Amino acid sequence: MDEFVLAGKSYRSRLIVGTGKYRDFEETRRAVEASGAEMVTVAVRRVNILHRNEPNLLEFLDPARYTILPNTAGCYTVEEAVRTARLAREAGIGSLVKLEVIGDQKTLFPDVPATIAAAEILVREGFSVLPYINDDPIAAKRLEELGCAAVMPLAAPIGSGLGIRNPYNIRIIVEHANVPVIVDAGVGAASDAAVAMELGCDAVLMNTAIAGARDPILMAEAMRQGVEAGRKSFLAGRIPRKLYATASSPLGDMIE
Amino acid sequence: MGPALYGLRVQITLNGESHEVDPGTTIAVLLDALQLRQLRFAIEINQEIVRRDQYPVRELKTGDRVEVISFVGGG
Repeated sequence: MDEFVLAGKSYRSRLIVGTGKYRDFEETRRAVEASGAEMVTVAVRRVNILHRNEPNLLEFLDPARYTILPNTAGCYTVEEAVRTARLAREAGIGSLVKLEVIGDQKTLFPDVPATIAAAEILVREGFSVLPYINDDPIAAKRLEELGCAAVMPLAAPIGSGLGIRNPYNIRIIVEHANVPVIVDAGVGAASDAAVAMELGCDAVLMNTAIAGARDPILMAEAMRQGVEAGRKSFLAGRIPRKLYATASSPLGDMIE
Repeated sequence: MGPALYGLRVQITLNGESHEVDPGTTIAVLLDALQLRQLRFAIEINQEIVRRDQYPVRELKTGDRVEVISFVGGG
């Protein structure tokens, strides 16, 4: 059984999905179901006091069934991110946190020094920290060394759908990591998810690629299969790339 | 403060909006009034998390900035 172990828990699925940007909670639920994901990300926000009796996300995604991974999306400082993570844990869904400290509104690239500073605090407080970072092998190493439960390099900017822009860096991160490597953000199609897995990543995290597809449910299923195919392809060991042909059919016993 | 002020309502900010509560209102009383549908939520006052065992004893004071958070869709 090829299991993915993260923060002491094992998962059969290597696809982690976000829950933002869906038309409604029912579509969210169906897409998550079709993706086969066992872990979903959520954001931490104020309860709408005026509409506090409206249904909420976790009525559709049972925390007994799914591992809930709260994020610190929208945080631009160490303080905001740490505060958000503490609130999420206090709400009682565990100690996992997807740590995002954003450095720039247009690219949503991470502020890596601030991410490292926030990770140090949260690790010390007992969180299982999953930091969103650039495809930077040095940053990945630093975050692993300070005790993060995984590292999550981006494939491309959040929501861009550009796919893996720097497969060589991702490969270097994978080769040096002793914690799971999860490609987070930038995936556009199932082939991108497969490439991430073929590079040896442990899992892929995505939201917009599914939620923004014309048919999110069908895309969720495609992503599930892309991740599975990529993982099997990685485990099977691909043939080396060669410049010239090697015949597939026997060269002897040709008719004359 | 003299007895003239007794009974004045307590001004708080709840999720960014001004609200008034009775003197002596605890977090537990506030939650009772709110009747939140969310099962998973957390409360912060003046940027300090309030632990659940403090809900029955922590009284709201004028100027308190109360944040009630829960989870929404996100990536």
